[in-house]
Order: sequence, then structure tokens, then C-alpha cells
Amino acid sequence: MSKIKKIEARGVPVVGNDIDTDRIIPARYLKEITFSKMGDYPFYDERFTPEGKKKDHSFNKPEYQGAGILVANSNFGCGSSREHAPQSLVRWGIRAIVAESYAEIFAGNCVMLGTPAVVASKDDVAAIQKWVAANPEAQLVLDLEAMILKVGDHSYKITMPETRRNALLEGTWDSTSLLLANKDKIEAIAASLPYMAWTQD
Amino acid sequence: MAKNTLYNKVWDAHSVATLPTGQTQLFIGLHMVHEVTSPQAFDMVREKGLKVMYPERTFATMDHIVPTRSQKRPFLDPQAEAMMQAIERNTEEFGVTFLNFETGKQGVVHIIGPELGLTQPGMTIACGDSHTSTHGAFGTLAFGIGTSQVRDVLATQCLAMDPMKVRRIEVNGTLRPGVTPKDVILYIINRLGVKGGIGFAYEYAGDAFDSMTMEGRMTVCNMSIEGGARAGYVNPDDTTFEYLKGRDHSPKGEEWDKAVEKWRSLASGPEAEYDEVVRYNAEDIQPMVTWGITPGQSIGIHQTLPRPEDYDDSGERQSIELAYKHMKLKPGQRPDEIKIDVAFIGSCTNGRIEDLRAAAAVVAQGIKAGKKVAPGVTAFVVPGSMQVRKQAMEEGLHTIFQDAGFEWRGAGCSMCLAMNPDQLKGDQISASSSNRNFIGRQGSPSGRTLLMSPAMVAAAALTGKVTDVRQFPAA
Repeated sequence: MSKIKKIEARGVPVVGNDIDTDRIIPARYLKEITFSKMGDYPFYDERFTPEGKKKDHSFNKPEYQGAGILVANSNFGCGSSREHAPQSLVRWGIRAIVAESYAEIFAGNCVMLGTPAVVASKDDVAAIQKWVAANPEAQLVLDLEAMILKVGDHSYKITMPETRRNALLEGTWDSTSLLLANKDKIEAIAASLPYMAWTQD
Repeated sequence: MAKNTLYNKVWDAHSVATLPTGQTQLFIGLHMVHEVTSPQAFDMVREKGLKVMYPERTFATMDHIVPTRSQKRPFLDPQAEAMMQAIERNTEEFGVTFLNFETGKQGVVHIIGPELGLTQPGMTIACGDSHTSTHGAFGTLAFGIGTSQVRDVLATQCLAMDPMKVRRIEVNGTLRPGVTPKDVILYIINRLGVKGGIGFAYEYAGDAFDSMTMEGRMTVCNMSIEGGARAGYVNPDDTTFEYLKGRDHSPKGEEWDKAVEKWRSLASGPEAEYDEVVRYNAEDIQPMVTWGITPGQSIGIHQTLPRPEDYDDSGERQSIELAYKHMKLKPGQRPDEIKIDVAFIGSCTNGRIEDLRAAAAVVAQGIKAGKKVAPGVTAFVVPGSMQVRKQAMEEGLHTIFQDAGFEWRGAGCSMCLAMNPDQLKGDQISASSSNRNFIGRQGSPSGRTLLMSPAMVAAAALTGKVTDVRQFPAA
């Protein structure tokens, strides 16, 4: 698993508070039993009319094709726990997200995919969105060691829970092996829980 | 940080280790699985060459994708059928109990866990579904997870977690007639906001919850996530134990007595400390209805729709403007000016027997007054589980609904998330007892959703518009 320390990519703004995971990926695309095609679907109903015509959405604009850092507002990814939402963004090309705040489950899902979901202040997010819109071709640099996002001449302070940052920096964000390493301790806790011994049925 | 709360006791009892990242390795006592968020997780376990560590701690069912009109196999939708076959194959290969139609116990995952007695106080409970918070009604720490985390629970029975803060939400006094648990939680979300709960577990306490049934507590805990709180719980008490006694998986005999003693000791006591405490008066709560595109955009039935210019915050104003644009409603409108096309009673929020009884009572009252489902309205009732459906039919509730012109369906998630044939068309507007009014949630990108209690949905079905349920006094 790779250590994630620095991400350099072009930005793409998605403006609006409370953008829920149904908006990020409509439920009808959850009928597939693998994640392989999810990259075709992010923001589908915001990008296309029912007849398939393109709507005005940053993910449709030529200048944002190939962008890797999504800049969003508050409570991004609220609602359903569907991992299909971050999967669809990542498979479209997103490698990191900067937002005012995230829904808890969404932020956790991002880390599990090795995708930093970092927080910047409301004013900073607004400034970054504006700058990216004016400079879509420019690279942003997200530095997880310094916890800074470089945008043009500006450096913005970013935050994220220390534990999640550690998981990314150390390359242990795919947590299964960490958890399995404590097999003896898992068994000890299981043995200590009264309900584990109760008769089933 | 909170101390000595139920949350703390459950968290500590399930803490396996501190991981190198600083996260806590948390043991999961009960893992529920459904067909939509699990196939990829089983694939990941397989790819890693692992097994399910405690197959007897995982229970699977199917709910999201199942049609509710005809549940004959093979399903007409080939994608739904493929998804069914995947969960059948996966549960068989990994030795996980699958509660399918043949068992008579199939249903919405958060309805069947409690009804089978799988959900027990003091457990940690996870499921690849955000409404796992429902199980907190029993004094559990229960929360939704993503598919990669489902993989972790399957492979290790554990999750890498960060601790939560605890906000105690007290509602004291007596709820007014016609005010239901759904109204209580919509009121709380309206007050604290849809992101107010980020980072918190909500502890619901006070007179209103003490006197609430388990079904009602489940409705409240269910929608914790709509307020941003990943988990919500009520401390276990005699109401909890009475509900659990004699259920399929509840402890029996001597084990039962020991269990009750243990469960009682888990409740937050007078020595508990909280990160925050908020208090509301039960008398202030009216029947609620959402008018916008987040569960926080709601009003009491006696109020009028808000004016964007009353909001100082630019982000919130923008949200409200988007809501009006999508909903095609106007500031200052009264709720009873909003006509509906569809009435949906069901979901993990309000698909339990008590919900169906409350809705049927309103319908029965309407029938007496010579009313039926209003012309042009499609109304249907989707029991939360096969067992709820059976119970309702034994009580004759289905005939009350059918006599009034409601359709009586099979169990499933149905139009709550519409990844099955139950979907809004075009810009239809629904009165819905479900949990989310997000844009496109009910299957049509331009569809519109008004969230309310099941009794309020029944009233709206009979009048064809949003209606104060207290016009049907049996409720």
C-alpha cells in the first residue's frame, strides 16, 4: 500500500452545501455488483438531463477534465453510507478533496480508499474555488506532511483528524492487515463479552 | 470528552487495541449485511485470501433492491437478480446466515435485527448502511460503514475507529396528541441542523423518550444520521427488556436474568459527563413536515414556508434557494396548500407494526367520514419485514388500507431509495414516511419528497394534500 504524502493535481470546484451521496451517485447505479464502472457516474443527474444532454456542471467542463483535487463546501457527502460515492469520484480521477466539512461516514470511506479528505476554512474554500475557476489549468499542491494546500502564490492551512493523516502518511489506510495483526487480542475481547457466550436460537 | 456514559462503557468493552495510526481497533458484536453494499466486500475478502472470522456474528438479508409488488424469482430486473444471486453465493460460501424469503424473516435490515432479538443492549453494531443508527434504540453503539469497512468486519470482526463525542438531547414534558416520534426527530434535526451531529453520538433522554415505545425510539435513532450523528442511542430500560423478552435470539432462562442485570448496568447514570447537553420541551413540538431538500428543511404544520432573506448565512441561503427551485414551492406558502401525487408508508424509519397501526387508525377514521385515497393520488403501504406484514394482516390492517384504496405490498426498502421498481415519475411529489428528501432520492431526478410521520402520510393520502393529522382525531 502506498504512502500518501503529497498530491499535485489541477482543481475542480463543486459549489454548494449539503451535497449528499445520492447527488454524488444516484441509487440506480448501485445495482452493479462491482465498483469497476463507477467512474462513469459521479453527479450523473446533475450532469445530464434524463434525455442524456449535458447540463452545466464542473465535471462536464473541458477545462476540468483530468482534474484531481475536488474543492467542495460544507457537509459534503452527507446521507447514505454508499462507498460508491467516493469510488465514483476516485475512478473519475479525484485523488484528494478539500472542503469546509464532511459527513463522517463519507470522510471515513475516503481514507479507506487512500484519498485525503482535508478541511479548510469557509473563507479559504471560497477563495480556492474562485481561484481554481479562474485558473483551471494550474496545479494545486496538497502537502499532507506540512498540512498546507498551495494554490498559486497562496498557502492555505488544512486540517484532518491526526489518525487518518497517519494512516495515509504511513500507507496503512487499507486497515485489514493492521486489524488482523491483533488476532490474539480480538479473541481475548470476544471471550470477555458476555453476549458472545449466550446460546444462539 | 464524555465519561461514564453508555457510549463510553460500550466503547471501552469493545476496544481491542490502539492501532499504530492512533485509531482504536473496535470489536463489532453484530454485523448486518444486505445485498447492495456487500458483494464488493466479499470479493475483497476473497481477493485477499481471507475468511470471515466470526461467521456466526454476521446476518444477511435483502431489502434495497427487492421489488415489493411481485417477489417471485427470478426478479424481472436482471441486475436485481444478479445481485440476489451474489448474496446467495457469498453467504453460502462464507457460512453466513441469510434471512431470505424462505425463512419468513426477510425484511429491511434495521427492522429485522431488533425484531429477531439480534440487536441487544451493550453491543457494537455495524452495517453497510447509514441507518444502522436505528439499533441504538436498544442502548447499543450502532453506526453505518462503507464497503471497505464491511470487508474489515467480515475479515476481522473489527473496525479502525476514532472515538465520538456525546451530546445528550433531552426532551422533557408530554408530547401533544398527534405528535409522534418522527415529529420529535424532525424537530431535533431542524434545531441542531443536518451537520450539527458530525463527530457526535446522540444520547436521547428525558420524559419523551422514557415514555416512548421501542418502535418510536427506533424511529428517532434511525434519523440521527440525518442530523449528522453517525450513532444515536437511548439508554436501556424496562421498555427495552420487555420488547426483547422471548425474541428468537434473545437470551433465555438464567441467561436472560443475567443479561438484564448486565444491560441495566450499562445505562448512563448520574455520574455520566457529556461533551454537550441540549434540552427541548415536548410541548413545543407540532406535527412536522419537510418542504426542502434536506431533512433539516422542515416546519411545524401550523407554520408557513420560510423566506430565504431571513437567513444570514450565505451558504444556508443558497441551500434554501436551491430547495425552492427544486421543490417548485414558494416562501410563505402554507403546508396545506401543497398537493401530493404519491403517498408512501414504509422504510426503516417508519415501517414497523406500530407505524402501520397509527396510519391505519387515521385511514379507518377517514373511511368512517366517507373518505378514500384522494383522486389522482397513488398510495401504498410497504411493511418493513415479512413478520411485520404477517402481524399487520393478523390484525386486519391490510383490509383497512385496501378498502381506502392503498396498495398493500411485500417487505422491502421500496420508495425510500427507489433502487427497485417503486419510483417517482417526473416531478411528482410524495408524502413519505421515509428519511431522506434529497434531490432525486425517490428515483426521479426531478421528483420531490415531503417527509412526515406515517399518520400524516395517511392523512395526506385521504385529502390529496399535506394535512394536519389532528383533523382525524383517532390518531
